[in-house]
Amino acid sequence: MTKKISTSTIISAALVVFLFALVFVLEKVMNPYSMLFVVLKKGAIYALVAVSMNLLNGFTGLFSLGQAGFMLIGAYTYAIFTIPADQRLSVYQYFDGGIIDFSIPVIPALILAGLAAAFFAFLIGLPVLRLKSDYLAIATLGFAEIIRAFFQWDALGPVTNGSNLLKKFPTFDSTIFPFAVAGICIALIVMLINSSYGRAFKAIRDDEIAAEAMGINLFKHKEMAFVISSFFAGVGGALLAMYQTTVQAMAFKSAMTYEILLIVVIGGIGSVTGSVIASFLFIACSEWWLRFLDTETFIGAWQVPLLRSGFRKVVFAVIIMAVVLFYRQGIMGNREFSVDRLLKKRQKFIEKQAAKKASKEGR
Amino acid sequence: MSSLLEIRDLKVNYGGIEALKGISFNVKEGEIVTLIGANGAGKSTTLRSIMSVVTPSAGSICYNGEDITHMPTDEIVKRGIVLVPEGRRVFPNLTVLENLRIGAYLRTDKEGIEADIKHVYSLFPRLEERSWQQAGTLSGGEQQMLAVGRALMAKPRLIMMDEPSLGLAPLVVKDIFSIIRRINQEGTTVLLIEQNANAALKIANRGYVMQTGNVTMTGTGLELLNDQSVREAYLGKK
Repeated sequence: MTKKISTSTIISAALVVFLFALVFVLEKVMNPYSMLFVVLKKGAIYALVAVSMNLLNGFTGLFSLGQAGFMLIGAYTYAIFTIPADQRLSVYQYFDGGIIDFSIPVIPALILAGLAAAFFAFLIGLPVLRLKSDYLAIATLGFAEIIRAFFQWDALGPVTNGSNLLKKFPTFDSTIFPFAVAGICIALIVMLINSSYGRAFKAIRDDEIAAEAMGINLFKHKEMAFVISSFFAGVGGALLAMYQTTVQAMAFKSAMTYEILLIVVIGGIGSVTGSVIASFLFIACSEWWLRFLDTETFIGAWQVPLLRSGFRKVVFAVIIMAVVLFYRQGIMGNREFSVDRLLKKRQKFIEKQAAKKASKEGR
Repeated sequence: MSSLLEIRDLKVNYGGIEALKGISFNVKEGEIVTLIGANGAGKSTTLRSIMSVVTPSAGSICYNGEDITHMPTDEIVKRGIVLVPEGRRVFPNLTVLENLRIGAYLRTDKEGIEADIKHVYSLFPRLEERSWQQAGTLSGGEQQMLAVGRALMAKPRLIMMDEPSLGLAPLVVKDIFSIIRRINQEGTTVLLIEQNANAALKIANRGYVMQTGNVTMTGTGLELLNDQSVREAYLGKK
């Protein structure tokens, strides 16, 4: 481990900068309402949430299904605190403008959204993290459902607007915004994973008993991973609220958690880059590339069979089954996409070519 | 010389079954002490209760003059007791080097950690060759070496080993036991649990024989090795 900055790090950094620049330029050149930007915006948000879930499921070995619940808390916290004071009367029309009569700027609100989700995670983690595997999954799933019902409760109307929409809070136009926020958050998660805490998380995942014997306090570290993961899920939820321009608790169903879990599995459990790649692929398929399956199509007078509203989901389900049956490792397995590995592979390839050439010439 | 570890009347219940029926023994600084006995004698339970992984129903565990009976495990590790668990239990998806660093998780002296990694590599050159390999891909013997090396990374005063020879080839067992002796010569006290009573008693200063939750006999390694009843029961000799 040298402190010197290696070539691969520079190339990786350059790659990230290039990606951001590409998105920026594309948005200037292309029609900003193109499907591409829908996919990029939503994909970036899902990438963040998927990586946060991977931190729990892939790196700490905690099978939690509460992600949608924490996103909901984040989305609501963001919306509640950023609706401009002069708009509150029209948003909270059934609740006399609500009880909050101030608003805070976007960035602090995003952080607050994460903190709110983290705080709930802390409280829930105290009892729930003593459970193992499936039981933990059931408990967190149940929590997410309770939260969803709770936020629609009429008695909380002056704060959450009951089951009505929250709207008119600040949103984003540029794709760069969700890219930047998700990018910073994912970078923070990667730093955590590579720190000694991250190593302890992985040790807990691999063998709880041995980890405990090494002096790793299991409960403390599980709680830490749970709280941090929920923080970023909360930020992701807030971004989703900005993207959708409205928030309603109804939308944060367990199906949302399953979508994210699917992204994590397809990308590879325990691979951050896998989650990111899978998230963009998943959103592109579900929002864009497979849309044609949902529209009735005629070739001449002949109607293409099966193509009608809802067929997309059938195809999607088949793809998912195929992935789980034949491609269980996901796109990346538990490895990471790294420039370093590519460079090494290229080096090997060149050497092989040279060797081949030499043997041919030798003949 | 006073005892480093003093166990008094330790009792442990597992759901109604008395796994330990009140055992007492001690380990003095610098010794190799071994607990021998058949399956189910309570050897592993003894180590687990010292590490506070199981809670004793009665009795006390004193370490370095301090009562550690109900202390959390990480506090016990911090005080210098470390366990090499039965069946090696290395972290299979972490590299060899990462496994070693986890062993030093509670330490903060960076330079000391780096020096100890070098020291472990000098004890087990095979581990250095494989430092970037995932621990799950190592052979059984190499995994046992890693488990011992990982424990040493905690800079323990007392290292406890649960069946380090389990499932290893005779030649590798010999290696492991010579390493245990070397670790002891370098100043670490060793509490060793073994079914391979012969090898364990040969390197031990003292031994305790355990039988169904009780300590039934004690003596120096040599005394037990030559004791008729021990020979018949555990060494398969007459």
